[in-house]
Amino acid sequence: RVSSDGKPEKFQPPPKPVIIDKQKQKEERRFLSPEFIPPRGRTDPLKFYIERKDMIQRRRVFNIPEFYVGHVLAVTTADPHANEKTSRFVGICIQRGGKGLGATFVLRNVIEDQGVEICYELYNPRIQAIEVLKLEKRLDDNLMYLRDALPEYSTFDVNMKPVSRLDHEEVPVNKLQVRMKPKPWSKRWERPKYNIKGIKFELPESKMKAAQKWSQPWLEFDMLREYDTSKLEDKIWREVREGLKN
Amino acid sequence: SITGACRAIQKLTRVRVVDNSALGNTPYHRPPKCIHVYNKTGVGKVGDRILLAIKGEKKKALIVGHKMPGPTMTPRFDSNNVVLVEDNGNPVGTRIKTPIPYILRQRGEFSKVFAIARNFV
Repeated sequence: RVSSDGKPEKFQPPPKPVIIDKQKQKEERRFLSPEFIPPRGRTDPLKFYIERKDMIQRRRVFNIPEFYVGHVLAVTTADPHANEKTSRFVGICIQRGGKGLGATFVLRNVIEDQGVEICYELYNPRIQAIEVLKLEKRLDDNLMYLRDALPEYSTFDVNMKPVSRLDHEEVPVNKLQVRMKPKPWSKRWERPKYNIKGIKFELPESKMKAAQKWSQPWLEFDMLREYDTSKLEDKIWREVREGLKN
Repeated sequence: SITGACRAIQKLTRVRVVDNSALGNTPYHRPPKCIHVYNKTGVGKVGDRILLAIKGEKKKALIVGHKMPGPTMTPRFDSNNVVLVEDNGNPVGTRIKTPIPYILRQRGEFSKVFAIARNFV
């Protein structure tokens, strides 16, 4: 090649091909449902192993999607007393509790100005379908304060369409600060014990300072409370993946 | 002051009347209170009959939802809801807008209350 000057151009090597390994990208995001991780105690790990086998068996037949606290879910259950023998409930997940087969999650919604919460068991055979309508994590693990927040933060349309989302993207975190009803609340959410970041406290500074009196700053340095689950999680995640592959 | 715990319905609990009857919806300077629960234990759950004191009169009512968490897969409401009922079981109002749990069908013969309800949970 000859440039406009007449001298030969400096050799430009061709651009290196960028290989996007899509399988590798997918594997990097691993999610293990929190009820698989056994609680810390002196029970025989055999009990958790047997429970895990049953949980994997149920998951093979019925798909339990990945969801966190703050997602909007629609659950259809079989109900002998309902009209078409099925009942559908849409709500925001405010809490995930329990370990093993007794794992539960609480959905909350406000229907006709009446707040309703239902605690569903994940592995209950009466549940026919769980759909994730809206994916968004919140700033806290426990959204029980929505009971004392203004009802607009807990209302979700029953006929909401599921929001589409790409598989390999990170779950978005909604940094919403919720406004509360006037005090008294069911629990004193301003206290540091609950460590809530998702409320816009409109209390006077003196009250916030007085609440810090109950803080226990030594708790985070307590070594006996440490429970490192990374190796356990790894092992269990591999086991669950093997079980679900078949 | 407003009491916090023991959210099932017992004597002297303030309840919220949920149907569109005149007795339940006209304002009065005292809220409707439970004076007796027709139960072996004095604690009323969903589907129990109670005696209510409204506007200086006594009236029977049916509990359709309470703040106490019940068995799993059943709904828990944010207020203690009650539907006014005659002695023979006929509802006083003609429409119930708030959601009613399906579990009510199993407990008792309140098919007429079910017939006037609009939303179910």
